Amino acid sequence: MYHYDEYDHALVKDRVAQFRRQVERRLSGDLTEEQFRPLRLMNGLYLQLHAYMLRVAIPYGTLDSRQLRKLAYIARRYDKGYGHFTTRQNLQYNWPKLEETPDILAELAEVEMHAIQTSGNCIRNTTSDQYAGAAADEIEDPRIWCEIVRQWSTLHPEFSFLPRKFKVAITGSENDRAAVRVHDIGLIMKHGDGEGAGEAGEVGFEVIVGGGLGRTPFLGKTIRPFLAKEDLLSYLEAILRTYNMLGRRDNKYKARIKVTLHETGAEEFARLVEEEWAEIKESSLKLPKPEMDRIAAHFVPPEFRALESRATAEEERAAGDPAFASWVRNNIVEHKASGYAIANISLKPVGLPPGDATSEQMDLVADLADEYSFGEIRVTHTQNLVLPHVERSRLPELYDRLLAAGLATANVGLLSDIICCPGLDYCTLASARSIPISTQISERFADQGRLDLVGQMQIKISGCINACGHHHVGHIGILGVDRKGEEHYQIQLGGSASEDASLGKILGRGFSADQVVDVVEQLVDVYVELREGDERFIDTYRRVGQAPFKEKVYGTA
Amino acid sequence: MGQVVIASRLSDGLVVFLRDKADPSGGAGNGRADWVLQLADAEVADDDSRAAELLALGEADGAAIQSVVDIYLIEVEEETGQLRPTKAREAIRCFGPTVRPDLGKLALAERALAAGN
Repeated sequence: MYHYDEYDHALVKDRVAQFRRQVERRLSGDLTEEQFRPLRLMNGLYLQLHAYMLRVAIPYGTLDSRQLRKLAYIARRYDKGYGHFTTRQNLQYNWPKLEETPDILAELAEVEMHAIQTSGNCIRNTTSDQYAGAAADEIEDPRIWCEIVRQWSTLHPEFSFLPRKFKVAITGSENDRAAVRVHDIGLIMKHGDGEGAGEAGEVGFEVIVGGGLGRTPFLGKTIRPFLAKEDLLSYLEAILRTYNMLGRRDNKYKARIKVTLHETGAEEFARLVEEEWAEIKESSLKLPKPEMDRIAAHFVPPEFRALESRATAEEERAAGDPAFASWVRNNIVEHKASGYAIANISLKPVGLPPGDATSEQMDLVADLADEYSFGEIRVTHTQNLVLPHVERSRLPELYDRLLAAGLATANVGLLSDIICCPGLDYCTLASARSIPISTQISERFADQGRLDLVGQMQIKISGCINACGHHHVGHIGILGVDRKGEEHYQIQLGGSASEDASLGKILGRGFSADQVVDVVEQLVDVYVELREGDERFIDTYRRVGQAPFKEKVYGTA
Repeated sequence: MGQVVIASRLSDGLVVFLRDKADPSGGAGNGRADWVLQLADAEVADDDSRAAELLALGEADGAAIQSVVDIYLIEVEEETGQLRPTKAREAIRCFGPTVRPDLGKLALAERALAAGN
């Protein structure tokens, strides 16, 4: 993985010192809250319902064991013993003290981490496929390009005060595990076709712009089917310049690039980008091969052993232990190296908040990463953790260690693997709670046999229209709203954030908190009754439409 | 039904409530703000006039001492002998995250009681 050079170290260290002085001036009264607020937000520090919240960047969801141990230590020493992994592969602390935040940032800097650009109208943490560098279906490791984007976008003087925040996601596989179509810019690595879209066999990017959720959801549109690697930064710069020029600053609800693209028209927007690009394509932004190679050298795969593709220990254990067999079936993914597996660690235990991990659990995962996965950990946008390189023969012992720590829930990709924002339990923007809805659903569907029977399914819950819980792209999406001071929930069906991306449609009138879980169960029952063959919930929904679901829930279609 | 001034403490962000230090009986204050951690210890304004006075007191203190931020009024009512905000958002803010009752205000109050404070 990438390691800081002297410039990175100096930049982060300087920022810590700068913020320390700013905090001192605020606490002494030299700065007012109005003056200080944008400064703390530039360092990822929000003021939430109960306390401050610090959002720490985890670039493209990649951590090493040393970094995860530091995150665990910070949670224990400066917070309340836990952290919350987010849908943007970051980590949030819910209880840091303002007066101790500079110390936390100094601790993070020691392990090459920071909270810069985790808030504000700038380019945020670039996210990626959590299986990068390990997935069997990968064209190339997307983290190389994420890192190049990170370096380009960090403190970029032209893009530090954009009309609104800006999020980039990159996937290295046709199977989209990074939700690229609901990002401001989504990049899919692909091969050129030799017929105008790149040389045959050449690897580059499909460029998708203008996706996003929130109160006005849009799926992104492809504005360039193929972009050569060397042109990545100049093209991104052209997009950002076009957005910076056209993006609305008069209305924050219409300021995201998705609205700019919609109002301008994708074709015209693409034309303007190409026009801008023509001016800067051959500038210093063109990536020289040695620079690409220098970054790529940080992502050389670990030295995998030559192993048989099948492991006797794994197969024997699975044959006699149904719980282990379920864990392998649901949480283990094929690795590109023979005899290795990608092990997902679910942070969605029954009845507990999705995405939360205690200091002890983080320490354990760091230890397991050292013992089983070359010291590497990944964070997923679905709020789980991953050990990317595990020998299949060692899966039984890894499972036992995880089981003992409450980290072996076998539900990855299943109904209870719910994406969920912090909601009104923590967030000052929220209209309703989302975590209790999630925990109640997981309790209702706690039985592993039932979960396995229902199969692949995505439920996503947001506590307000800002849609941090991605409810628009859930097979079942749940949106919390405030109705005269009371929590209320709307249900949407038919969303997907994957390569078959789609936006969900509202089912009908909403429900009170104590009705939601029953409604979800009714929807699942309809699916199980109507599905054909291997259909997932979303497949059945697309085949039969909303009517049977509506009829079951409301008694009429 | 009454009103209470709520704010966030600058140093650690914790939710605090205003009490008129000069007149704990709830009468007209004289500008000495006291910020307390528990809703039960806050001063409840019975009418809009007193609520406006308390808000002005809190805002003046926030501007002068700079120890609190985000100062505003919430509506509260008494329910089985305990003060409770009328809106869900403020109730959660006053008592802590419902999903971690071990961490929020209720836990803080229980620990204080156990310690004899």
